[in-house]
Amino acid sequence: MMSFQVNDWWILLTTCAVSLCCVIPGTFLVLRRMAMYGDAISHAVLPGLVAAYLISGTKAGPGLLAGAASSGLLVTILIEFLQKKVKVQHDAAIGLVYTFLFAVGVIMVSQFAGMADIDQDCVLFGEIAFVPFDLIAGIPRQLLISTGLLLLLLLALWAGYRGLYLSTFDPGFAAAIGIQVIAWHYLLMAMVSLSTVIAFESVGAVLVIAFLVGPPATAALFSKRLPGMLLLGSLFAIVSSVAGYFLAMALDANVGGCVSLVIGVVFGISVLIRKYLFRE
Amino acid sequence: MASDYTAFFLLQDPNVRLVLAGTILIGIIAAITGCFTFLRKRALAGDAISHSVLPGVCLAFLFYGEKNPLVLMSGAIASGLLSLVLMEAVTRARLARPDTAIALMLSVFFGAGIVLLTAIQHQGNAAQAGLDKFLLGKAASITREDLQLIGLSACIIVGLIAVFFRGFYLISFDEDFAFSIGFRVKFLQFLLSVITVWTIAIGIQSTGVVLMAALLVTPALSARMWTDSVVRMVFIAGFFGALSGYVGAFISYTAPALPTGPWIVVSATLLAGISLAFAPGKGLVSRWAVHQKNRRKSTDENILKLFYQLIEKSGGAQHGLLEEDLINQRSFNLQTLRTGLKRLIRKGLVVQLAGVYSLSEAGMSAATRVVRLHRLWELYLQRYLHLEPDHVHDDAEAIEHVITPEIEQMLAEELGYPDKDPHQTNIPPETL
Repeated sequence: MMSFQVNDWWILLTTCAVSLCCVIPGTFLVLRRMAMYGDAISHAVLPGLVAAYLISGTKAGPGLLAGAASSGLLVTILIEFLQKKVKVQHDAAIGLVYTFLFAVGVIMVSQFAGMADIDQDCVLFGEIAFVPFDLIAGIPRQLLISTGLLLLLLLALWAGYRGLYLSTFDPGFAAAIGIQVIAWHYLLMAMVSLSTVIAFESVGAVLVIAFLVGPPATAALFSKRLPGMLLLGSLFAIVSSVAGYFLAMALDANVGGCVSLVIGVVFGISVLIRKYLFRE
Repeated sequence: MASDYTAFFLLQDPNVRLVLAGTILIGIIAAITGCFTFLRKRALAGDAISHSVLPGVCLAFLFYGEKNPLVLMSGAIASGLLSLVLMEAVTRARLARPDTAIALMLSVFFGAGIVLLTAIQHQGNAAQAGLDKFLLGKAASITREDLQLIGLSACIIVGLIAVFFRGFYLISFDEDFAFSIGFRVKFLQFLLSVITVWTIAIGIQSTGVVLMAALLVTPALSARMWTDSVVRMVFIAGFFGALSGYVGAFISYTAPALPTGPWIVVSATLLAGISLAFAPGKGLVSRWAVHQKNRRKSTDENILKLFYQLIEKSGGAQHGLLEEDLINQRSFNLQTLRTGLKRLIRKGLVVQLAGVYSLSEAGMSAATRVVRLHRLWELYLQRYLHLEPDHVHDDAEAIEHVITPEIEQMLAEELGYPDKDPHQTNIPPETL
C-alpha cells in the first residue's frame, strides 16, 4: 500500500477546496435550470485564460482572473444576443457560442504551445497531481487560490443571499419588490466563471461541469431547501473528492476524471437510496 | 510550403485524397443528421452524446488490444446510446431536470473516459499511441480502412434518412400529429438517436469527441437561416458541412501538429456568422433594414398626422406651419423631425416655402388616412373591448401604422361608418 505523504495531503485538500468552490454557484445553476450555462462558460473561459496568460506571462495574476471572468460574461452576453436579436433557438445558441470559443482557445494553445506551459491535454482534463510542485511559502499556490476564492464566494453568498435566493426561486416577485434580477444573473455568471477558472487548471474544461452540477443535483434528490442543498452538496463534493482521489491512486489515472466518475456513482447510489429508503 | 499547398489543391498525394474524402464525408453526414438534432431542439443532448462516446472507445480498445476502426466505432456507439438512455431515464423519472441530466451525463461519461484513457496511457502499451487523438480530432490519421468504414456508414445513414425522411420530418415538428396519422413515433425516435450516435462515432476521427457536437448543430443552424424548407435545409447544411471538413483536411495536411477539430469548428462557425448576419429575410442585416424601414414609415406618418391635427385645431385656417410649431406639439427629436420632413418633401407629400411647411394634396390625403385609422381603432377598442376613452390612445398610436386598406374597410363596416371617435372628434371620411 502506498504511503500517504505531505504531497498527497496537498492534492487532496486542493481537490476538496476546488470542488467546494464549484458547489456554491453550481447549486444556483441547477435550481435555475441553467446547468448547460456551466458547460458553456467552462469551455468559453479558455480563450480569455490563454490571452491573459500570454499577456501577463503568469498563471497567478489578477489579470488572469479578470480575463477569464470577462470571457465568461462575454459568452453569456453572446448567447442572449443570439437568442434575442437573431432569434436563434436556445440550445443552438449555447452550442454555437461555446464550441466556437473553445475551438479558438485550443487553437491558441496549440499555436503558442512553446510559450505557455499549458498543453491540449491540460485544457481538457487538467492535472491536479502537479499541484505540490508549485509552492508559495510551502503551501501549494492552487490551494491558496482556491481557498481564497472559497472565502470570497462564501462572503458573496452571505452578503447576497436574499437577492440570489429570491431571483432564483421567483424572479417575477423579486423584480416586483425591486431586486435587480438581471444584475444577480450576471453576478452568478461571474461566480461561475471564477470557480471555473480556478478549477480549470486542476480538472480541465469538461470535468468542471461534473463538479458544478453533480453534487448539487445529488443534493436536490434529498433536499428542496436552499441551505439544505448547499450543505448536502458540499458534503457530496468532499466525499466524491476523497473517494475519487483514492480511486485515482489505485488506478494510476487522472484525479479529475476519477472524481467525476465518483460524482456520477454517488448520484446513482443516491437515486437508489431515495427510491428504496425514502419511499413516500 | 507553397508546394504543400499545390500538392493539396491538385490532389497529387493519394493520402490527401483519402483524408479529404474522409473529412468531407463526415462533414456532410454530420450536417444532415444534425438538421434533425437542431429541429428537435436537442443540440445540447448531441453535445452530451459526443462527449459520452469516449469511455466506449477506450473500453473497446482495452478489450480488443488494438485500434481496429470497427471495434472502436461499436464501442463508441454503445456508450453513446447508454448515456442517451440514462439521460432520458433520469429526466423521465424526474430525478433531475433535462439540463442537469445532460450536464451530468456529459461530464461523468467524459470523466470515465479520461480515467480509462490516462490509465491506458500510464500502462505504456505501444498500440495505444494516438488514442488521445479522438479528443480533438486528427484528420490526417484517417486510414484506408477508416475511410471504408466511414463511406459504408455514410451510405447507410443517408439511405436511412432518405427512406424515413417523412417520419423524421414529422417527429421533428409535431410528435403528436405524427402519432395520430399512424407513424411509429417511438421507433422513429429510436432510429434517429441511433443514427445520431453513429454519426458522432464516425466523426470523432476528424473532429474529436469534445467538439463533434458543433459539427452537428452549427451547419444546420446556418442552413436554417437561408431556407424554410427542410429538404433544402438538408442540402445547404450538407454543403456547409463539406466546406468545414475541407478546411479541416487542409489544416491537417499543412500543419500536421495541430488538432483538426478546432479548425473545423471555427470554419463552420464563420459560415454560421455569415449566415446569421447576411441571410436574406432572417439575417441580422435584413432584419435591421426592415426595422429601419418601419421606423421611418411611422415617423413619416406621425409627422403627417401632426399636420392634420394642427390644421384641425385651427379650424382649417392655418395651413403653413413652422418647424417650431411642429416641434412644440410632440416629443419629436429635432433631428428625426428634420430628416422626416426632408423625406416627405422628396415624396411630394409636404411642400416647403421660405421655412413654412404645408401639406400637398397627396400629403393631405395620406395624413387624413392615418388620423382616420387612429380614430377608427380608438372607437373599436371602446366599443368592443369596453376600454375607457382615456385608455385607447396608446394602442391606436401603434396600430395605425400597420392597418391595411382591407382591415380599414372591415373596421369601418363593423363600426357602421361612424363619424365621431371616443373623444368626440371627427373621424375624417375615406379619401381617394
